[in-house]
Amino acid sequence: MLKFVAGRLLQGILVLLAIYAVTFFLVAATPGSPFSSERAIRPEILAQIEAFYGYDKPVFERFMTSLGNALSGEFGPSAVYANRSVTDIIAESFPVSLKLGALSLLLAMALGIPAGIIAAVKRNTWLDYVPMSAAMVGICLPTFVMGPMLALVFGIILKLLPVAGWFGPEFWILPAATLGLVYAAYFARLTRGGMLEMLNQDWVRTARAKGVKETTIIWRHCLKGGLMPAVTFLGPALAGIISGSFVVETIFQVPGLGQWFVRGALNRDDFLILGLTVLFATLIVIMNLLVDIVQVALNPRLKYE
Amino acid sequence: MALLEVEDLATHFHTREGTVRAVDGVSFSIDKGETLGIVGESGSGKSVTCYSLMRLIPEPPGRIERGVARFDGQDLLQMSKSDLRHVRGDRISMIFQDPMTSLNPYLRISTQLIEAQQTHRDIDNKAALFKAIEGLEEVGIPDAANRVKSYPHEFSGGMRQRVMIAMALINEPDLLIADEPTTALDVTVQAQILDIIKQRQERLGTAVILVTHDLGVVAGNCDKVNVMYAGQIVESGSAEQVFYEAKHAYTRSLQKTIPSLQEKGQELYTIPGLPPDLTKPINGCAFHPRCPFPKTGAAETGRPTLKDVGDGHCFADCGYCDSSGSIEDVLAKGDTDDIQLPGEGVKA
Repeated sequence: MLKFVAGRLLQGILVLLAIYAVTFFLVAATPGSPFSSERAIRPEILAQIEAFYGYDKPVFERFMTSLGNALSGEFGPSAVYANRSVTDIIAESFPVSLKLGALSLLLAMALGIPAGIIAAVKRNTWLDYVPMSAAMVGICLPTFVMGPMLALVFGIILKLLPVAGWFGPEFWILPAATLGLVYAAYFARLTRGGMLEMLNQDWVRTARAKGVKETTIIWRHCLKGGLMPAVTFLGPALAGIISGSFVVETIFQVPGLGQWFVRGALNRDDFLILGLTVLFATLIVIMNLLVDIVQVALNPRLKYE
Repeated sequence: MALLEVEDLATHFHTREGTVRAVDGVSFSIDKGETLGIVGESGSGKSVTCYSLMRLIPEPPGRIERGVARFDGQDLLQMSKSDLRHVRGDRISMIFQDPMTSLNPYLRISTQLIEAQQTHRDIDNKAALFKAIEGLEEVGIPDAANRVKSYPHEFSGGMRQRVMIAMALINEPDLLIADEPTTALDVTVQAQILDIIKQRQERLGTAVILVTHDLGVVAGNCDKVNVMYAGQIVESGSAEQVFYEAKHAYTRSLQKTIPSLQEKGQELYTIPGLPPDLTKPINGCAFHPRCPFPKTGAAETGRPTLKDVGDGHCFADCGYCDSSGSIEDVLAKGDTDDIQLPGEGVKA
């Protein structure tokens, strides 16, 4: 187990290094610079600015310095917002995004997994058809349609919830719902499929022949295996929720990382882009590792290699 | 009084292609401690008969259309679900064909054996585990005290079937239904498994319904035999009667297919044609299109019913074919030209 985790961590670090390098050189290869603007800047000032941020040095040397800094947890100053370091920006907005992401993921699982289980157990009844049709709609609707629709209905027409900002729990609901509902739909379909596969297994027939109660069959005999697809999907779901947050945070004016990412890209804020990419990559690597550990814990036929 | 009495059991599957009459009016009975063999080829309805008794038929598409299965005075087919649950695994238990998929791979053997007991008895974990280990030892699993903590995938197929037997017998049921318990196993393991079932049966006085398509297995293990064809019993009686005085053309053809009963070097005999399509109504003897015996008239009326020909030996006599002669003679004469294979008969 320890060996498995250590091995996967090492792999993860290699992945992160690769991502860092690719992002850095892609950003560096993009034409233009963070300091170009519509206002004419005198060449000597521009040279001074470039020297301050290290842009006067060759690209490979810049890469090595930036990597060295990143390894010690310092992603450099923002190239656009004066006097703010990337670490400051992350420290300020990451908790917001984390809260939004965690709420969405919780909502997705809390809604999707029970719906999937019920649909599988009561298959071909309205308890199956209604949630699964809703799930189909949920999967088909992109967040940039779902978000404004929810805002329109619950914010503008019913006037129940605020549609922008991040000042308290009532502000969390619409963004988290927008982001979470789509994934609830995925979780519901995956759980239904997983549970149906389990319910058709020979060992379920054995359990019935033993006189085991139907509820025990579902909980003890089917749940572990039935949740496998949903657990496997956690990794991609997290990635999706992060990238979805770019859209949702913009729609609902949530001061999270997604907004900064969009702004960073538009402003050519090299350090910010790099810092956020690495942060998101780290999150996904950690999540995938957790998923792997949970999978082995659930399925005795898999072993930590 | 018989332990289990089945009367006119019929189970149909309502599929898109039509209604499959998988079991169509089957009656038999089994006494305490007795072994009843049910033989027949694939699709003859022998497994469906057993699943119907336990009400393990997937519904839909399956449905038990009619019949009575009196077990200890109660009709298994009419019983409420919760009453049935107390019969399953406690008074009647079942072993399945494929030991590789019949045990839950996500749960330890101990969990599954303890569950079998705690479903029906008020027994604590420790005592149940002790009984589980005992049960595993009795079916010949070495180092049972340690192996009980293993997962199914850590056992071989034969060992898993032993676990299944131990689990099925752990509550000392009155009746054990074994649905082709050796089909998926190695030939060398088959005999061991049958021996274990027999030993345990003698110790516990359990009645056994042994479903198989292996006539050798039936001959060596059963007191009574039912031969099934196309959803009905075509011949039944004691093992001696069915084997030494087989009456029905199907039973006799089946015997002819046993390789060890034929001379060395001789070409192996196979019954020509295929079993009939069970979605279509069957007129006359269902075996009629494949029957090697000379026929004196076409059977157009309903299917012949079982008639007692003495000492409890019954067979479904169509009254048209002359199956009195030796099957060897019939085959040697090449008098089998009038065999109509399914689909060929429609030409004319």
